[in-house]
Order: sequence, then structure tokens, then C-alpha cells
Amino acid sequence: MSEALLSIRDVSLSFKGIKALTAISFDVADGEICALIGPNGAGKSSLLNVINGVYRSDRGELTFAGKALRRPRPRLAARLGIGRTFQNNALFKRLTVLDNVLAGLTRKARASLLEHTFRVGRSASENRHFRELAEDTIAFLEIEAYRDWIVGQLPYGLQKRVELARALVSRPRLLLLDEPMAGMNHDEKQEISRFILDVNRDLKTTIVLIEHDIGVVMGLSDHVVVLDYGRKIGDGTPQEVRDNPDVIAAYLGTVH
Amino acid sequence: MTALAAPAPTQTVEHPDVLRRWRAGPLAIAGLVAAFYALGFVVHDYWFNAILIPFLIMALAGLGLNLLTGYAGQASLGTGAFMSVGAFATYNVLLRLPDLPLPVSLVIGGLFGALAGVIFGLPSLRIKGFYLTASTLAAQFFLPWLFNQYGWFSNYTTSGSISAPKLVFLGADLSTPLGRYLLTLTSVVILTWLAWNLVTSQVGRNWMAIRDMDTAAAVAGIPIAFNKLASFAISSFIIAIAGALWAFAYLGTVDARSFDLDRSFTVLFIIIIGGMGSIAGAFIGSAFVILVPILISNVSANLFAGAIDAGQSENLQKILFGALIVYFLIKEPNGLYALLLRARRRLALWPLKS
Repeated sequence: MSEALLSIRDVSLSFKGIKALTAISFDVADGEICALIGPNGAGKSSLLNVINGVYRSDRGELTFAGKALRRPRPRLAARLGIGRTFQNNALFKRLTVLDNVLAGLTRKARASLLEHTFRVGRSASENRHFRELAEDTIAFLEIEAYRDWIVGQLPYGLQKRVELARALVSRPRLLLLDEPMAGMNHDEKQEISRFILDVNRDLKTTIVLIEHDIGVVMGLSDHVVVLDYGRKIGDGTPQEVRDNPDVIAAYLGTVH
Repeated sequence: MTALAAPAPTQTVEHPDVLRRWRAGPLAIAGLVAAFYALGFVVHDYWFNAILIPFLIMALAGLGLNLLTGYAGQASLGTGAFMSVGAFATYNVLLRLPDLPLPVSLVIGGLFGALAGVIFGLPSLRIKGFYLTASTLAAQFFLPWLFNQYGWFSNYTTSGSISAPKLVFLGADLSTPLGRYLLTLTSVVILTWLAWNLVTSQVGRNWMAIRDMDTAAAVAGIPIAFNKLASFAISSFIIAIAGALWAFAYLGTVDARSFDLDRSFTVLFIIIIGGMGSIAGAFIGSAFVILVPILISNVSANLFAGAIDAGQSENLQKILFGALIVYFLIKEPNGLYALLLRARRRLALWPLKS
């Protein structure tokens, strides 16, 4: 296994005394698909929020691409190349699919406000370049037919794909996916799984994803981390985690 | 593409074209601008001050507010205040630096407006929505008071209302009705072009992203604070120039009382009625707000032969505007602009049912 792209050390998070995460440590290797699983309320989404700076942890260290993330904020995380999708879609509802995807490119923007205002300098070339990148990603995720639709009018499954496109268009090194297949049927899950594998293989993007469907997780991921009540109870290959007695207990209950 | 294909659009799902921008061709735009210039040389003098100049200036103010509210999602009731900054700053530049050419003085007035916008936009970094709107009232009450209170701003005139200096550019006297019209029209054309550039660029997209969901915008890498303040600055720049034109090209006097809260509300009505988040909306809304009162007073004078007096027709106008604003807020947040787009689509498909 190659070296860690993201390393999480001893991260704790609490909300007004209620512990959401307790001393979580694990590494995400460069190029892998890492699944975060665990029962509801285990702290999975909170952990993603800590990684890209939506929440600030009480304690602990994050290292991304060899550099310590001392004060992660969402925008800083994005600039460093951490992309993110949300459990409940967080799209720009009144914009078209194309504009949503283009908005994901801002971290690569170089042209200044004044250049855009007067249509001089880098403005035109950047517009053209961004348009090409957005079209590529839209084609990659096979949503060309909806390019000009207002996203608020699209069905849920397609919105999830638009959100993936927005996160992917700036080619992040690390992609955090919060339940990318929630509410989907078997076929839809297969399709999203295929996109995730394509992203991982073709674009060499490291992926951390939260998913409840254990079948999908076992088939998709290289590495599985299990959380329960804010603690890590399992960490290893899918096979190791499946055989871990603590994990079985968390999911199925134990005999007392 | 089978599993995730969208269901066939149902009647509740509108065709995407409905809300898409009106991609008017450059020829159509050039034609429209040329027609407005030509209009200046054919109409009666009455038209300039009664209709054309106030229409253009209020459209410009609406355009400025629409950048802030319609695009960047930050509601403001400080429009009148930012107009007053433009008027008083430009007046003082004309007075104290008389050698500067007129356009430069206007731009400096606009820059002071932008500065005021940034200062009174600072609360937007912490609060949103209704609370932010209420905080922009601070600008509305403070700035006109400041200009009234300290004589320096009005060059120590006793009445607090000062007549505008002569408008001259390149030796041409712009104080005639036609001159004031051409000055206004040219300013509007240039500023509209710049605003159009902005809203169709990545900057405009960032503003709309912040409007629709600011957390998601931050996660997507959009600098929130910078964009909010930039939208305040640019919006107030345009509004300040509208204020300077209102004082110099329309009223002929500089008076803080002409930039009261009513002015702020009128500009807000313009964008609600015309269309939030569209450039054409500011012009449609302004035409509506300027023309309807004239229409009402003409109709009540001619049709009812004086049975409705001026006070009543003014009340009628308020009732009509109030009802329309409630209607638009509930039924059509995208305003007359969206209604026009829909009508255009229906006409294009006619006689097929759309």
C-alpha cells in the first residue's frame, strides 16, 4: 500500500458536551477507496465535516498530502484539493446543471474581478477553459442531456450525480462522498458504483465514502473503517472487518 | 443511462428554457441601444424629464440592487443611502476639483458609494436574511442624516438643498434636456455592459451559488466573504452613480431628502416586479414603476373627468403596487421578466399547446 494521503490522529469532536467523535485515528492511503461505515449516529458525517473544515475538532491532528491541516476551513480544504458531496444534496437549486458544475471550478480561477468586469486579460480564456473542463466532467458522468436544466427540477438520483460532477470537476485529490447512493434502487447503486470506480481508476482520485449498503461497500472499497458511538471499532480490508467480532456486535447486537 | 434517466417531464416540471437567460443577440441589443439614442432626437422635451431620464436612472439603481439582491442574495434597504453618497460625493468632487472631466467625477462618486457599500456590507459576513436587511437600514438612516447635519457636504448652503453645478463634458453643455438624457443613457449603457460581463462570468456564478446555498459554496471553494463584500461594492458603485445622475441629470438639485427610505423601497419594488436576478428585469420593473403612475393619473383625469382627484389616484397607485408585489412574491418571484419569457415561448410554439 502506498503512503497515506490523509492521516487522522486522535480526532475528537463534541457538541456541547455530547461526544460525537472520540480519539479517531486512521490513515487513508493515496489512491484507495476507503469506506466509512457504522450505525446511524456513529459520527461518520461528523468526521467528514471535520476533514473538510465544516466542523472544527476539539482535539487531534489532520495531515493531508504530507502537510498538517492546522485550521481547516471549507474553502481552504477545497483549495488543497478536497472535494465533497453531502448526504442531503447541497446544490445551487436555481442554477442549471452546467452552472453548478462550473461553480465547482472556482478554486482554479485566476482571472480577477476586474478582468471579468471589463472582459480583458484572462477572462475569456478562463471562461473557455472552464467550459471545456465542465463539459468533460458532464460527459464523464453521462448527464449531457440535462446540461441546461435547472437542478431543482431534476429527480433526486440525477441531482446526486450533478453534485458528484461539481465535486469532481476541479479534479480533487481526495473526494469525500456522504452516502452517494442513499435512496437509490439496486440498479442505480450499481451505476453510481461504476462511476466511483471509474473516478478512482481513471482519475486516480482517492475516495472516502460513507455507505450503508454493506454489499456495495464490500465490493467497492479497498479499506473499511467502522465507527460506533463516535469510536473506531474496526479498520482493515473488507474481509478483516467482516470477521471482526466488535463489528458484528455493533451491527447485530451481542448476547448479554 | 437506463437506470438514472429522468422520467419524462411532467406538467409540474417546467421546460428548462423558461428560466434561462434571454440570450438576445448582439444585433438586437445594438439595435435597442441605437433606438434609445435616436429617441433623444425625436421626442418632445417633456418626455425627457417625465419619462426617459427617470426610467433610465431608476433602472440603473434597480440594476445595482439586483446584483446584490437578485444575484448575490443579500437583501438591502440602503439603496437610497448609497444613491445619496453618489450624489454628495460627485457634487463635492465637481465643486472642489472642477478641472476633472465629468465622467471621472462620476466614477469617483461611484467609488465612494462602493466604499460605503463595503462598510455597511460588513454585517453580511455574520448575519443573513431579515436581520441583514434590518442592518442596511442603518445606512439608510445614518448617511442622509450625515449629509444634512454637516454643512461641509453641501458647501454650507442654508437650505440643505443645493443646485447642481453646470454639466460640461468636452466643451459640450450637458445641461439641456437632450444633454442630460445622453449623459444618462451613456452611463446606463456602459454600466449595464459591465454588469452583464460580471454576471455571465465566474464571479456572477459564485454570487448565485452563495445566494442558493452558502455552505455548499464554501465547500466548493468559493470565497464567501470576498464575494459578499464585492457584491456590496459593485452594487453600491452602480447605485451611487444612479444617485449622482438622479441629482444632476434629473432633479437638478442635490438634496438628502430625495434619497429617503421611500426611494429604497421603490428600487426594491422595481426588482421584485421586474425580476430578481435578471438584468432585463431592472429595466422592465423601472418602466413599470415610472409608467404606471403616469397612466393612472391620465386615466383618472380623462376617463373619470376629474371625479378622482390627485390624492385618490396616488392612493390607487399604492394599492395597485402593493397588490402586485404580493402577487409577484407569491406567484412569480422572477417577475415580469419571467412572464415575458413564458409568453415568448408560447408564441414561438403557437398554435401548438405548450
